Amino acid sequence: MLETLAFYFSRAVQQGIPLLFGSTGETLTEKSGNLNLGIPGVMYVGGICGVIGAFFYEQSCGGDAAAMNAFLAICIPLLCCLAGSLIMGLIYCFLTVTLRANQNVTGLALTTFGVGFGNFFGGYLIKTTGSSVASLSLSATSSFFRQSLPFASSLGAFGTAFLSYSFLAYLAILISLYAGWMLRRSRTGLNLRAVGENPATADAAGISITRYKYVATCVGSMIAGLGGLYYVMDYASGIWSNDAFGDRGWLAIALVIFTIWRPDTGVLASILYGGLYIVSINNILPTGGVGAVKELYKMLPYLITIIVLVLSSVRNKRENQPPESLGIAYFREDR
Amino acid sequence: MEEKKAAVKLRDITKTFGSIKANDKVWLDIYRGEILALLGENGSGKTTLMNMLSGIYFPDEGQIFVDDKEVVIRSPKDAFDLGIGMIHQHFKLVDVLTAAENIVLGLKEPGRLDLKAAAKRIRAICDAYGFDVDPNQKIYDMSVSQKQTVEIVKVLYRGADILILDEPTAVLTPQETDKLFAVLRNMRNDGKAIVIITHKMTEVEDLSDRVAILRHGHFVGDMLTKDTNAQEMTNMMVGHPVVLNIERPDPVNPSPRIEVKGLTVRSIDGVVKLEDVSFTARSGEILGIAGISGCGQKELLEAIAGLQVVERGSISYVNDDGSREDLLGKDPLEIAALGVSLSFVPEDRLGMGLVGSMDLTDNMMLRSYRRGKGPFLDRKFPQRRAEWVVEELSVNTPGVSIPVRRLSGGNVQKVLVGREIASAPTVLLTAYAVRGLDIGASYTIYDMINLQKEKGVAVIYVGEGLDVLLELSDRILVLCGGRVSGIVEGRKTNKREVGMMMTRLGGGTGE
Amino acid sequence: MNGSSRFHISKRATIPWYFAWAIRLGAVVLAMIVCALVTTLLTGQNPLGVYATIIEGSFGTVRKFWVLLQEMAILLCVSLAVTPAFKMRFWNIGGEGQVLIGGLATAACMFYFGGKMPNALLLLVMVIASIVAGALWALIPAIFKARWNTNETLFTLMMNYVAIQLVSFFCNIWDRKGSGVVGIINPNTRAGWFPEIGGQEYLLNILIVAVLTVAVYVYLRWSKQGYELSVVGESERTARYVGIKVEKVILRTLLISGALCGVAGLLLVGGTDHTISTTTAGGRGFTAVMVSWLAKFNPIFMVLTSFLLAFLSRGSSQIAQNFGLNHAFGDILTGIILFFIIGSEFFINYRIGSATGKEKEDGTHA
Repeated sequence: MLETLAFYFSRAVQQGIPLLFGSTGETLTEKSGNLNLGIPGVMYVGGICGVIGAFFYEQSCGGDAAAMNAFLAICIPLLCCLAGSLIMGLIYCFLTVTLRANQNVTGLALTTFGVGFGNFFGGYLIKTTGSSVASLSLSATSSFFRQSLPFASSLGAFGTAFLSYSFLAYLAILISLYAGWMLRRSRTGLNLRAVGENPATADAAGISITRYKYVATCVGSMIAGLGGLYYVMDYASGIWSNDAFGDRGWLAIALVIFTIWRPDTGVLASILYGGLYIVSINNILPTGGVGAVKELYKMLPYLITIIVLVLSSVRNKRENQPPESLGIAYFREDR
Repeated sequence: MEEKKAAVKLRDITKTFGSIKANDKVWLDIYRGEILALLGENGSGKTTLMNMLSGIYFPDEGQIFVDDKEVVIRSPKDAFDLGIGMIHQHFKLVDVLTAAENIVLGLKEPGRLDLKAAAKRIRAICDAYGFDVDPNQKIYDMSVSQKQTVEIVKVLYRGADILILDEPTAVLTPQETDKLFAVLRNMRNDGKAIVIITHKMTEVEDLSDRVAILRHGHFVGDMLTKDTNAQEMTNMMVGHPVVLNIERPDPVNPSPRIEVKGLTVRSIDGVVKLEDVSFTARSGEILGIAGISGCGQKELLEAIAGLQVVERGSISYVNDDGSREDLLGKDPLEIAALGVSLSFVPEDRLGMGLVGSMDLTDNMMLRSYRRGKGPFLDRKFPQRRAEWVVEELSVNTPGVSIPVRRLSGGNVQKVLVGREIASAPTVLLTAYAVRGLDIGASYTIYDMINLQKEKGVAVIYVGEGLDVLLELSDRILVLCGGRVSGIVEGRKTNKREVGMMMTRLGGGTGE
Repeated sequence: MNGSSRFHISKRATIPWYFAWAIRLGAVVLAMIVCALVTTLLTGQNPLGVYATIIEGSFGTVRKFWVLLQEMAILLCVSLAVTPAFKMRFWNIGGEGQVLIGGLATAACMFYFGGKMPNALLLLVMVIASIVAGALWALIPAIFKARWNTNETLFTLMMNYVAIQLVSFFCNIWDRKGSGVVGIINPNTRAGWFPEIGGQEYLLNILIVAVLTVAVYVYLRWSKQGYELSVVGESERTARYVGIKVEKVILRTLLISGALCGVAGLLLVGGTDHTISTTTAGGRGFTAVMVSWLAKFNPIFMVLTSFLLAFLSRGSSQIAQNFGLNHAFGDILTGIILFFIIGSEFFINYRIGSATGKEKEDGTHA
């Protein structure tokens, strides 16, 4: 029983980690006043760039895990992923911060572009391999990414539930906790919050709005991109197939709202989201014999997000509102 | 003066906005250990000039010297680095942060953020000058005067020794003003240079050591306060001796039109804004409302106009035949449906009275678009009305189809007042109708208001300049902290009496 | 202008319309060049050949041209739907969900009533059901916006996925084979299928959208309600000041917005696909946001912008087909072109450089 529970818990965590990366990245971005609806695209790009890097490294080693250097096998996809998502963040910032374009429109265009980019190169690589199935397998690279603590499996349920994950999963949790601390306690976090709440005030206090928005959004994009990488290399065991990432990007944005812009809360909330997903696909909740009910369960993350959104607006507590300048471009001489 | 060394010297500072020269070759010296009053009418370029010193605007031409070294101030940060701090009229505070967080915001102190240490330093500053601030209180929980204190502490915390305050008393009660002046004097005695932007003569005389005067963007002159007097300063400010000479025809057959009884209004956060206010506004008469800003004028007008939730009391409209309509709890539409023609010129012209991005015709339509049956708009009628307003009030505009935002302040106000009087109202409410307008435009507005009065309209005029109120109003209702301090005859009272009633209920005895 | 900028950036007052359109056109041309480079880089094809292919994709055959018009019509319909909300500054990015729900209602009518009532009556029921469903779906976030000022961008975004799961649920219910794919509904009786006009299966859709375009234009420009929602969008305080009931306008506008999305769902299910799936809306709810915004919320300009996007989408799928690239290539090109157009708005709204022409009337309030 405990074993089963631990197993499902670990599945929930694995399901939640991409969302955690995405939501932490998006929270940082939103705290600077940028509503980046391009996050789903960014996560796709992060994923595919990692895949591209891994693909070429595997090719150069003949696809043999034994011939690959563990350090390079991890670093190459990681750097590719970070570079790809950084570029996405830069595009968004250049358009919305420097050129002051509408954030919603830019974000949606970025998602169109990013998803297209992911699927195009995914398809391209799949074609290159001449594979008969519509997917690309990078199991060698994945084996490096999926390395977990050697003694985890010997610790029973506890090991499964808490120690069985790969380094990216722990990294996600660390980043979220750090981001939460940073926002609440550090000077940078304080300045960042001020930029998102009231850029005119932050500007008057000598904070460079442009710099904070760029850095927060680009770092946020890179973190979100890691979510894409984790999904392919770890959750999907190195198998890329087009559109498999699904709507996790939007779920990540939902998670931002659910956590009321607190990345550290995201650690637990992402597990909850993951859990809801696991529950809905595994026939854990009653379906009354109708398989289709599973599809209704998949609504749950979105429904509870809506409920949180509504409740926080009804209670109207100032601390729980979206950053006040969210979605609005800043122009000093507007005042 | 010559023996002292100027902390700041401004030389030939020029700043242009569009076709308007906000500052034209302005010279100004600021000294340490001295309070300088920067005096000028609205629109004379006082704030613009100081904004260039604090890094908000960048001058088109001219030089700035701090301690005899030429400096370039491109951002507020540059200003801070030079020890210059400005307290703006609109506070630059982040609502969801605490006082301490706001104060340390943007600072590049070494080491980790330590709010406890910051709080300690804040308390030390407060003790030194006599402020009262709770470092851990959130800004959204604070009163206006508390927020202002946070702003001042913020500037001091940053080590500023040149402080600029933009009309700091506009939002304060008399007691709060006294407290502010006391700390400003403390700071002066501590050797800081202080500039206070104002257009209130009493403040200049009370507080300042020296006064510098701007007029239409030009520097007119400066002198020691003790060497001058109110008359001289006024003359320099206005350019010619002020004889307002606003016409005041006697009311013809005034009869009660609006009766307000026991009106009590609370703001959303529960603060009492009006308490037990009763008065009668009569037809053919101008009822002036005096009071320091924020003591219930806005709520009073909005309550009558049906835009404000009222806790208690009654507001009735009296028809010519003596019958009454109850206006309380009705929205503007329902009031209009009673056949009551009520016009309202609100304080916030482009944020409430007009839509900045729409053209004159569509702005006229705000009042009339419901005319006619059927789902479609009639743009002919508002267009004719817009043309009438442009013609009648000589609005300076290329045409009726340009967005009102592109008109100058005075012309915007003419469009708004023009629309409101075009519907032949029986009641006209105006709030700060001449704020920000030049003298010529102001007189046009006074004439328009007088014309309405002669037509038998009951006018309620909320103003900030006492001189104007005293010359324009038939009767003056003085508010103090949301309560009626008294109602006086405009022809029989004087500035001293009204000023006294503004600061304490019933006036009492002067100090 | 940021702290240390060397340029001076200021708002433009207005610029002549032809100048604005010249800037946009320039952006499109520039985007085309970049797209050509990207395509050449990825495919090794001559860029001119690529453009020829794009044009071929839209105008190559009569059939392709009809498909283009149909694509454009549906996209335009969704764009028209979201526009009243945008004019009111209500960021409805829930078009996707509202279209799906409209489509779902249509499909449900076809599925349950097909063959059980006269076709004319069935069509009528479908119209009503889709409109009501779309309108109610949009009404939910509107109620919370009006009452508690709940952030509508995030709310409508979430509603999309609730709608998708709802569709997915019904797909699983209706599909008897267990694959979750509904397949063509009423393939033999064609009950609930839109009639062909003059042998053209898409003509009716196109005509309906043409009528809607004019209707929405007239509504926004000439009706009292359209005027009210513009006032609410520009300034809620002004709206209250003149006695407009802001909450009522929000609810009413979103009912209209949702109803039009419902119609788009109807056109997709009843007039085009004759089936439903979670991808029926196909991202049009999001693309519509861009179409509407690019056209400055003007329905007539939206004909142009929706044409542009439909043209690109058709053209790039032709590229994919001709050069053996996958379909997603079109999204990359669309993304690039959008980036350029979005960026070009800056040069329309702001001027860079000389400080002499600064337009700012309120500069003197001291």
